[in-house]
Amino acid sequence: MPSPNLSKSKCPMPVQEPSIRRGNFDEVALGYDAETAMEEATRCLSCKNAACVKGCPVNVEIPAFIAKVKEGDFEGAYQIINRASSLPAVCGRVCPQEHQCEAGCVRGAKGEPVGIGRLERFVADWHNENIGTMPSLPTPNGHRVAIVGSGPAGLSCAGELARRGYGVTVFEALHVAGGVLVYGIPEFRLPKRIVHLEIEKLRALGVRFETNVIIGKTLTVDDLFEDGFEAVFIGSGAGLPRFMGIQGEGLKGVYSANEYLTRSNLMKAYQSDSQTPILRAKRVAVVGGGNVAMDAARTALRLGAERVYVIYRRSLEELPARREEVEHAIEEGVDFRLLHNPVEILGYQNQEDPRDPKNGFVTGIRCVQMELGQPDASGRRRPIEIPNSEITLEVEAVILSIGTSPNPLIKSTTEGLTVNARGGIVIDEASAMTSRKGVYAGGDAVTGAATVILAMGAGKHAAKSIDRAITEL
Amino acid sequence: MYRIVSKRPLNPTVTQMEIEAPYVAKRAEPGQFVILRVDDRGERIPLTVAGFDRIRGTVRIIFQTVGATTEALSRLEAGDAIADFAGPLGKKTETEGKRRVCIVGGGVGCAIALPIAKRLAELGCEVHTVIGFRSRELVILEDEFRAASSRLAVMTDDGSHGERGVVTAPLKAWLEAGEQYDEVITIGPLVMMKFVVATTRPFGVKTTVSMNPIMIDGTGMCGGCRLTVGGKTKFACVDGPEFDGFKVDFDEAISRSTMYRDFERHRYEESCNLFRGAADKGV
Repeated sequence: MPSPNLSKSKCPMPVQEPSIRRGNFDEVALGYDAETAMEEATRCLSCKNAACVKGCPVNVEIPAFIAKVKEGDFEGAYQIINRASSLPAVCGRVCPQEHQCEAGCVRGAKGEPVGIGRLERFVADWHNENIGTMPSLPTPNGHRVAIVGSGPAGLSCAGELARRGYGVTVFEALHVAGGVLVYGIPEFRLPKRIVHLEIEKLRALGVRFETNVIIGKTLTVDDLFEDGFEAVFIGSGAGLPRFMGIQGEGLKGVYSANEYLTRSNLMKAYQSDSQTPILRAKRVAVVGGGNVAMDAARTALRLGAERVYVIYRRSLEELPARREEVEHAIEEGVDFRLLHNPVEILGYQNQEDPRDPKNGFVTGIRCVQMELGQPDASGRRRPIEIPNSEITLEVEAVILSIGTSPNPLIKSTTEGLTVNARGGIVIDEASAMTSRKGVYAGGDAVTGAATVILAMGAGKHAAKSIDRAITEL
Repeated sequence: MYRIVSKRPLNPTVTQMEIEAPYVAKRAEPGQFVILRVDDRGERIPLTVAGFDRIRGTVRIIFQTVGATTEALSRLEAGDAIADFAGPLGKKTETEGKRRVCIVGGGVGCAIALPIAKRLAELGCEVHTVIGFRSRELVILEDEFRAASSRLAVMTDDGSHGERGVVTAPLKAWLEAGEQYDEVITIGPLVMMKFVVATTRPFGVKTTVSMNPIMIDGTGMCGGCRLTVGGKTKFACVDGPEFDGFKVDFDEAISRSTMYRDFERHRYEESCNLFRGAADKGV
């Protein structure tokens, strides 16, 4: 047995140079090569009581797959990951590893944890490039399940059930499958070909995708049962974007992050031949500190902005975005205005000429500075306004990324579906079943905006529960 | 893909199509809308449903060629297909329990007003209608409205057909003459609806407006279609598209509707030039 690699830091991830990548939509992180992956793998101590596995929402057997990487058996490693995770190429890229698997890594006590996410990504990419076999169609078990929404929750639920022989149909409201993986997360962080490949794998397992079908409108949950589906899983994701309720949100140039990212990612507004417009502002303010805010800020840079501010009312420590995205954003020149909170969005109005074409467009955002007080209910220190501390940033676009509330369409047309005060669908934790028999739910539709991996975990959990309910009948 | 079953020009810039979309046809109600995409590079645009045939599984749309997308759509013929057609979206028009309603439609908005007028008439409601157009050659659906209405005024800006003037003129005259309506429903250009609301407000007649803002997903995800209604942010796609006209901030809606004016003009010119180029080469 070779002695462990005692390096305190992860093998560096090759990336596109910040000055170059802020001008393109190609992937930022380029991925390990085989040699680097094997070297990073030797940093793993193969703990018996592996904290990393417990930290993973789908409990990937991390030391086991890393052991295979050490040996150079990359396909073996893939098979181990694939037992627990249906979207490893996605998770290796977008999981907040620092709060999950890598948070518990022993190596993290003195130095950096093992680069578990980077290894997962390497293994998945290696498999896709070198093996690339499509899964074969399982023997049908004669049961049918409908899935609402083709985001991470729906896809993982579909994969889990299809592998067990279920006839699965996924209904998607948009014109392509993938949910937030295609409309929300930008190409430079998650290339769409990866999402499309995962969806092709599900098709090979027999999963049917019906796009342009809005459950709750085009068809109802009752229709699905009438059509012979024995269970329905709702993974319809987060819905309506929140606005702040401040002056100026109706000005031209004010976007929700969902709209801005959908225009760029789903509708490809960043490509010159797209028919969908997007404002290419020179100065942009993004309000919020989550992953979506980072995605919006970095998209704005790539759409030609010279100056992009991220306005966040707490400090860097509380910033909820994935650490790597924050680092990448800083490297790319995003200007973080921490401990600032917007109070008004300013617009142009020519008093002399009501037909001035510049009328109604954003000219700036007025913010008040904040300081941190005592911890609030969330455990984070509460931001408090500093009197007379207002500043104005001159910008032509404002992108609000302050969260969403669950989509109202399904609950308004499904009788007997209980939702909580925030509009999230209420489920029984153990079974993932809603208040309506045979209807299950998971992901952001239940929890409100969270992460890809948590949604995947919820989809997988619900699939097992659906399987139990149907096979025990 | 969704097949175009029939196509008929209603005037030089307005086209009617029937699209094969059985799911949408089964559920569509007056006042609701669809989102369509012409082809794989196309943008998603909302169009309010102009009619539906549940048995044949078709949905009628009527659109005016105003930009690149509607231009591309207008070039397709019966037998061609469009990439995407999703719906029905939004809330339906409340048509139950009404005795007398005045419908005010302007331009291509009349296409949306017609199914509402028809449904009201079917339910035994007395329908008065005002429809307005710029000039004679732009008049659409006059006979259909006449069939559904016990009183009809057709207005043109230049007086080349019907009466000369704006739609609010007969509306105001009828209200002043003492006509009592349960509701006025208006659909058309934002400026027109703003003036309809200003006309009915002194009479205190409930006035419903149908908003058609810029939209992408149409399912309550992007927030692009937001409006200020009664001081609150509302989303046309899930809260509307119909709202209490007295509460809508029209000035904001009018301003927001012009956000991409430059882009759209550019795209439209580009697509017209492309077409012209192709025509010159005899393609």
